[in-house]
Amino acid sequence: MKSQARIPTGRISDPGYPQASNPEYTRHHPRWYRRHMPIFWWLRKFAYTKFILRELTSQPVMYATLFLLGKVWVLSRGPEAYEIFVQWLSHPAFLAFHALVLVGLLFHTVTWLNLTPKALVLRVAGRKVPGWAIVGAHYGAWLGLSGVILWILAGR
Amino acid sequence: MPDTVKLEVFRYRPEGEGEPLYETFEVPYRDEWMVLDALNQIKDHQDGTLSYRWACRMGVCGSCGMTVNGEPVLTCATYLEPFLPGPIRVEPLHGFPVIRDLVGDLEDFVGKLQRVKPWIIREEERSPSEGEYLQTPEEMDAYKRYSMCINCMLCYAACPIYELEPGFIGPAAIALAQRYNLDSRDEGARERHEVLAEHEGVWSCTFVGECSIVCPKDVDPAGAIQRYKVDATLDFFRSLVTPGRSP
Repeated sequence: MKSQARIPTGRISDPGYPQASNPEYTRHHPRWYRRHMPIFWWLRKFAYTKFILRELTSQPVMYATLFLLGKVWVLSRGPEAYEIFVQWLSHPAFLAFHALVLVGLLFHTVTWLNLTPKALVLRVAGRKVPGWAIVGAHYGAWLGLSGVILWILAGR
Repeated sequence: MPDTVKLEVFRYRPEGEGEPLYETFEVPYRDEWMVLDALNQIKDHQDGTLSYRWACRMGVCGSCGMTVNGEPVLTCATYLEPFLPGPIRVEPLHGFPVIRDLVGDLEDFVGKLQRVKPWIIREEERSPSEGEYLQTPEEMDAYKRYSMCINCMLCYAACPIYELEPGFIGPAAIALAQRYNLDSRDEGARERHEVLAEHEGVWSCTFVGECSIVCPKDVDPAGAIQRYKVDATLDFFRSLVTPGRSP
């Protein structure tokens, strides 16, 4: 006749298993400790804070885009409408708000352009284009276009 | 230089007090000691119950990843010296459930790694008599960087998205998927696309970029993910203009 040895369950009530003070713990179903992400996790490291600021400053980018479209729409309503719009924009509250938007835009643009070599892997004549050249080309394009806009404005 | 340095070590003993706590140990200070050497001193001479993983002690096996003073590092490659005068806080890697002391449960990663099929997939296998698959140095260069991953999990620990969205496939698994996608011998990109292009694939990544900063092997998982996003987007638009082509 076959005898069957009792298979240990691994529970702490099991004879032979070291007594533990925590009744929920079993050898085969360990009780993991799970850490919860605090709501201010993004203050844990400067890199995380910078990331959150980069993401948040995408809102000024959206605002600037909509603002530009709005401006074109106002312009289509005639010179008088545009004049009123410009006067409205000259209000100190608007100027202060737009100064903040500009800071956000610059922060977003700089942090974003610095990341471009991660997403762009270019090869020219079989050789990989270095990261600094990709970033440099983006800054060059940005400054070049800004220069063209300034030149048009100066020519008015 | 001091004679000793204090280590505040995260302890979690589920069968004991049940709640984690920090225990302070004073270990001899040596210029050439790594954090792992200090932990081994504790285990050998002060408290044999301290649990942590390690194996090669030379930055190859990827077992000894822990959080030291808030940064995910390989403890075998991290000197005590920069943290003087201490105390040095040693914790398990963030983002993983803790089994005991400094030991995290990495099962989740293993499952995700299998999902991205990190092996060479061929539509038709060549028989050995037909010879090996040849590859030029340039073709190898396309994926070599991603092949250096040692699965140390530092990138997962550095990624806040993985902690916030546990479904995220994660940096190392995506970098390893790209390692095979970019291999000229592989034909499995379409199979991996199903996993990588879903929300929990590359699109969960918001490009914090810390995974590439902490990587001890310079694998650059953040770059791998962003490149895949570009490829997946281009593929989607190609599928719109090319009837019958799936994204």
